Amino acid sequence: MKVKVKLFATFRDGRFNEEVRDYSPGTNVKFVLEELNIPMDEIGAILINHRHVEEDHALQDGDNLSIFPLVGGG
Amino acid sequence: MQEVRSFLLKHAEGDILPSRHHVFASTHFGLSMGQVERIALESGLLPSRYQRNRNTISITQQLRIFRGTVAVVGCGGLGGYVIELLARLGVGRLIAVDPDVFEEHNLNRQLYSTPAMLGRPKVEAAYLRVKEINPAVTLVPVKCAFSKTNGFDILEGADVVVDALDSIPVRLELSDVCNDMNAPLVHGAIGGWFGQVATQFPGEDTLRRIYNRPAGANKGVEKSLGNPSFTPAVIASLQSAEVCKILTGQGQTLSRRKLHINLLDMESIELPY
Repeated sequence: MKVKVKLFATFRDGRFNEEVRDYSPGTNVKFVLEELNIPMDEIGAILINHRHVEEDHALQDGDNLSIFPLVGGG
Repeated sequence: MQEVRSFLLKHAEGDILPSRHHVFASTHFGLSMGQVERIALESGLLPSRYQRNRNTISITQQLRIFRGTVAVVGCGGLGGYVIELLARLGVGRLIAVDPDVFEEHNLNRQLYSTPAMLGRPKVEAAYLRVKEINPAVTLVPVKCAFSKTNGFDILEGADVVVDALDSIPVRLELSDVCNDMNAPLVHGAIGGWFGQVATQFPGEDTLRRIYNRPAGANKGVEKSLGNPSFTPAVIASLQSAEVCKILTGQGQTLSRRKLHINLLDMESIELPY
């Protein structure tokens, strides 16, 4: 199945801004994060099709997955 | 009071009160600049310093802004700019909260940091600056670290609270105190080229949802990226616009949404909360 993965801010460094990627049915968000080597403790928000989801959320064909890092400075 | 009002109306040019008469009235009647400003605005007169506001902010709205109290929690990168903008906007009372003194590593971005101010409290610098730029504004300096223990006393009387902190756990404490006090909270956070803004009204749990992962995190991308000069200025400006809209009751705020700003690729995206 095809999933569009969008990375934001620092997660783009050494990876990509946006890419349509192939996954087997039943793949969850955690698999994508590990595949892209995105540390869990740096994640601020994960959205699929503009809705917040958790790491165990299973992806569907045609999903838009967006991953944002945590920002907390002042 | 009637005597002051008559004086101001007599010396107004149209509905503009020239600053020389504002200052004279303050000295002559033994009133503060703020007291004269209130009487002027209540009489339908706009102090001349605000004349370029007028097609954006009406005299009635300018009075609402003047009657407002805004607490700015954190007076570093974001807080310095927010205080500057709100003082120029004409917010009548500002409560500035920060426990720190200026250090050398603040000089790249913190508006009130100068070599001469190193070692001096940030809230003292804010107090001196506001007095200089808009003497009608009262700034209450509070040199202490905000917490849920002292928060209720610090925020007493605030109509709007600005989150300009740099610690995620303290931001969450601030959010809880604001909700308990029924105060709207304008959140801003920065790191490197990136920033975010959101507005939380009483009863909403936006801050808790923004920072619900990873549990117990203290810092975000700013830990490794630091902050350049322009990112706090951008995010503080957006926060100040939110404060202005809350005080005047116009426009659409960032309630239940967060704006993510990327200055490196010049993108902004809205996230629902």
